[in-house]
Amino acid sequence: MTTIETHASGTQVHATSSDSALGAFLVGVAAWATTTDHKRIGRLFIGCALLIAIAAAALGAVVGVERITATGYSILNKDSIVQIFSLYRVGLSFGVMLPLLLGVAIAVVPLQVGAKTIAFARSAMFGFWMWLAGLGLAVGSTIANGGPGGGNAKMVDLFLLGMGLAVIGALAAAVSVVTTVLTSRAPGMTLLRVPMSSWSALTGGVALVLTLPVLLGTLVYLYVDHHYGRVAFGGNKGISDWMGWSLTQPQTYVYVAMGVGVLAEIAAVVSGKRQVLRPVLLTGIAVVSVAALGGATQVQHALTWTNTSSSDKVKELIPFLIFNALPLLGVLVVLGVSLLGIAQGKPRLVPAMAPALLGLGMILTGMVGHLVSLFGPAQLAGTVFEEGEFIYVGYGALLIGLAAISYWGPKLWGRVLPSSAVLGISGLAFLGTVLAALPMYIAGFANQPANVVDGFSYSGPQELWNIASATGHALVAVSVLLFILTALRAFTAGEVAGDDPWDAQSLEWSVSSPAPSSNFVSTPSVASAEPLLDIKPAGGQK
Amino acid sequence: MTYALPAGPRPAPRRQLMMSTGIAAVAGTMLIGGMLSLWLRFRAAAPTRLSSDGVYHIKDWLPADLKMPEVVTNVGILSFIVVCVMVQWAAYAARRGDSKHVVAALGLTLLFGIAILNAQAAIFVQFNVGVASGAYQSMFYAIVGTLTVLVVSGLVFTVASLFKSIGGRATNTDLLNAHALYWYFLAAAYTAVWFVVFVQK
Repeated sequence: MTTIETHASGTQVHATSSDSALGAFLVGVAAWATTTDHKRIGRLFIGCALLIAIAAAALGAVVGVERITATGYSILNKDSIVQIFSLYRVGLSFGVMLPLLLGVAIAVVPLQVGAKTIAFARSAMFGFWMWLAGLGLAVGSTIANGGPGGGNAKMVDLFLLGMGLAVIGALAAAVSVVTTVLTSRAPGMTLLRVPMSSWSALTGGVALVLTLPVLLGTLVYLYVDHHYGRVAFGGNKGISDWMGWSLTQPQTYVYVAMGVGVLAEIAAVVSGKRQVLRPVLLTGIAVVSVAALGGATQVQHALTWTNTSSSDKVKELIPFLIFNALPLLGVLVVLGVSLLGIAQGKPRLVPAMAPALLGLGMILTGMVGHLVSLFGPAQLAGTVFEEGEFIYVGYGALLIGLAAISYWGPKLWGRVLPSSAVLGISGLAFLGTVLAALPMYIAGFANQPANVVDGFSYSGPQELWNIASATGHALVAVSVLLFILTALRAFTAGEVAGDDPWDAQSLEWSVSSPAPSSNFVSTPSVASAEPLLDIKPAGGQK
Repeated sequence: MTYALPAGPRPAPRRQLMMSTGIAAVAGTMLIGGMLSLWLRFRAAAPTRLSSDGVYHIKDWLPADLKMPEVVTNVGILSFIVVCVMVQWAAYAARRGDSKHVVAALGLTLLFGIAILNAQAAIFVQFNVGVASGAYQSMFYAIVGTLTVLVVSGLVFTVASLFKSIGGRATNTDLLNAHALYWYFLAAAYTAVWFVVFVQK
């Protein structure tokens, strides 16, 4: 036996080598599939969300191309158009906005609050796989003539089941994040000292916990009704009506609420100073999550203001402002305080600032659009204006996700993304977002109907708006693809990052890059909201 | 350069299980609350007709041959009251370090939990109305079925707590407080469903 092993032939050696490579690969896959390291779970969420973002943007481009002539169907099928629009909305909401920012939170929050791991790591891992499997079922069944308006009853059932699983998965992951912030903070880190992105993960996570179960209950009703009788909820055609609130504003604000703090976090680092007006900023971030109230009521609180008395107008105005304007106020506060901090400091270049700022700006534009569209006299209901809002919010969240990956990439992968690539790709994605959404705002005022691709005509450059929108979606798809390729290259063979490449302020930058599997050797003690500035020379002021 | 922060004192007990159970209870409340709100919305929107004597307005919401097994539903709510006492007994015994009482209380919780599950099954059997017969029936099975799943998850929690207690962790107050909290949530959810669906219909 020993002789055979010692004098093994070249073939045998090669086979052994390839076997071990295969074995190592399988072990690696198994390690990732069953990982309880929050950084890996977060990266799994982020990677899948970016891939889905490409598919969603490409689908948006196809729809845009189909709308150019508006006289018939050249790529898509008329019978499947409801499903196509549903697929786009499900993909961007549950495949991009929600998992991308949830993934960032899972990867970063434990490091920021000084925890060695995320609370209930297995629950977070279970959440990822359940979300992925559920979304896969939902998308696959829609492609197989299921989903809202689908003709195959079994596939429609499967869509509802898949959505339910995806919601349960997202909930499990959100509970892990919220529990981590509430129970695993380092000694001395009160809730008022929590870093801004962890605070937004907490408030956004709570908003998810409040709204996703309502969607789950609706899905249970829809499933039972569709599977058995189709007597209460309108069968396959009624699915969009009953779960549509989860795929539009203000519920989409809940999906992006976890990412609102990213800009504030990076802006403080850019300014090189301690966060100004911190309590105001915390309040602003929390106020964004008030959107949960609008989502949970499952009703659009619009201002009709036609043929109504003054008291009726006031009765409409109050819920309209609470459910739709408060989140907008929150984003304005975050933007304003972040920019004020930069203005008062000595700004320096942190590339992630660009996509974070542009992303929140896009979300703000979507929120303003939503307010306008709900104002009855504007007569924008049922037009593509509402699609424009959705695109602004969805791609805005995507830009914030890109910012977060660029900013925390060194801590997760140990390497830095090239600044020029981050700035260039962010600019391209921003251009794509504006091109995809702004023409929809304009076409909305020309009464181009939503959720259809043909049979409409209006005076004005109708073709131009739809060509621009299709180009915008395509640009977003290309920019995400470029980002993934750049990240793959940079995070495997790029410039090695230092432990604190941005001269930052929060706890995660006190450990080595990439962060070790258990994050901290010993639990750090915190005496202020910017613990690293407490120990840096001259308080980190440069 | 790595900036080393001073090591902090040993962190206080985290009570993670209690906190996450609280969050799960909030989520469950939103789940049942959302379902009940849709139930009320459908009931309010049900068409009305005049009674044969032309005096009363009757909502066409309940099936004509409906026989709600009210005795069973009342047994269910009484069982929940007993379960709430049992889970609090388990939490109290854990604080006192009395492992025998913890195991006894959890065993009784399991027993009455199974009784609740049995009552749920009896409701389905005695209800005797087809799920596909109308909006009321479809929604009834959906909401009571969801409640049944939540009760099953409570039983799983009880079994896990029982095994851990038998295995030597009977004084884990965080576990048993969380367990008690979850059953309180289930009792509240059942009471809400009992009042809206079983009593008011």
